[in-house]
Amino acid sequence: MSHVITLNSATLRESAEKGGCGECQASCQSACKTSCTVGNQVCENEKN
Amino acid sequence: MIHKFKLKGHNIALDVESGAVHLVDDICFDLLGELENGLPGEDCPQGIKDKLSQYGAAELDEAYGELYRLCSAGLLFSEGDYEKYAGTLIASPIKSLCLNVAHDCNLRCQYCFASTGDFEGARSLMSLETGKKAIDFLIEKSGGRKNLETDFFGGEPLMNFALVKELVAYAREKEARTGKRFRFTISTNGLLLNDEIIDFINKEMSNVVLSIDGRKTVNDRMRGRIDKSGSYDSIVPKFKKLVQKRGGKEYYVRGTFTRRNLDFTEDVKHLHDLGFDRISVEPVVSEGEEYSITEGDIPEICAEYEKLMDFVLEADKSGKPFTFFHFMIDLNSGPCVIKRLKGCGCGNEYVAVTPEGDIYPCHQFVGAREWKMGNLNDKSFDSGKKREFAGNNIYSKPECLKCWAKYYCSGGCAANSARYCQSLKKPYKISCELEKKRLECAIVLAAEKAGPKEV
Repeated sequence: MSHVITLNSATLRESAEKGGCGECQASCQSACKTSCTVGNQVCENEKN
Repeated sequence: MIHKFKLKGHNIALDVESGAVHLVDDICFDLLGELENGLPGEDCPQGIKDKLSQYGAAELDEAYGELYRLCSAGLLFSEGDYEKYAGTLIASPIKSLCLNVAHDCNLRCQYCFASTGDFEGARSLMSLETGKKAIDFLIEKSGGRKNLETDFFGGEPLMNFALVKELVAYAREKEARTGKRFRFTISTNGLLLNDEIIDFINKEMSNVVLSIDGRKTVNDRMRGRIDKSGSYDSIVPKFKKLVQKRGGKEYYVRGTFTRRNLDFTEDVKHLHDLGFDRISVEPVVSEGEEYSITEGDIPEICAEYEKLMDFVLEADKSGKPFTFFHFMIDLNSGPCVIKRLKGCGCGNEYVAVTPEGDIYPCHQFVGAREWKMGNLNDKSFDSGKKREFAGNNIYSKPECLKCWAKYYCSGGCAANSARYCQSLKKPYKISCELEKKRLECAIVLAAEKAGPKEV
């Protein structure tokens, strides 16, 4: 019997390999303007 | 480091450094409670078996074995080695601009961080000359970046709509010559919207933020006009029209909640009832006022976020889904970890420009003279301040390094830290606690969407 369901793999570690292009939107430009949430932004790296 | 929590019938374990999220059963959840520093070996220690004697030994061995395999695969208690990327942030070009085209406003919102539009200075509108200099500044400082962003902000930017139009045309002309791609956004209170402006916004703005707090009583109490009359009746039909004509392009209706409406789920429901399907409602930025949120309010707000999470699920099931900005999370992609180290990029990749051409780290710093970075007219720019902000990442904040949410909020809002903690390196506790709760709700929503909750 399985005790664990894994929803997603090591996405953060994998993202470091192709990341850092700097093309994504400044998070405060999206909708908030007062409170930082960066985790909901979209990757815009054309190589990914 | 892991973060485990129970919410809406789920036992969730987030492996902080890898980003992996696991749904676990009660045995694993209890085991993880005994394993705060990781798994000591391949076999479940006898001491833990004795402590969790409500479970059978064989069952514990089996569950422990599963956790051990996740550790071996780098999906539990994994180590992060991202500090090496923090140094790459220093040389970041500037790619985003908040253009305060009007330091004036036709509303007198009580909670306005811009002191009802004037940022504690004279009421003023940006000139075409200064606006063009700002666009030129952005292009010049953007180095190899292709995507540039300009947010028309205020005060109320539509009080200077003629300039907005001219600057969009000016930047579009520059796009062709420089190979840059401008993305424009605008935040408006809606009072001055008309057909011409709606069509212009829908054509040129990749995102539009429409300010409304929710229920009429809630909105009009805080968002009154100069004569103190409310704004709700004027803006709702205009916002509806804009969204109907938007053709699916991105927008948000965005509200602020205060201590006066800690039942803000009712405001989200109201905005949803009005037909809006992209909603952001945020805690007020304020201290010491009767409506300011205090640390004592945190438990009530956290409970309210759970209600809001339930409403998101209810709306999904009823066939009228909507997006709540702060519950958006993409566990499979989203921004890379390098972006997550540095956060919003204020003062480094992102700056704000006032009608006088003053440059500040972001719109929230405007008016705080000690943070001024330069001026477009005398061409001054303080590179030292830029470096200070470039070095402002989760590795420069000891409290953040210990926090499970660090890769989602990226150290929080620098302006809040400066204003309320007198240091860029200290996170603002109220924001932290609310952000963590929103993230837990977001992860649960992702789990619900992913499928079965029984493991």
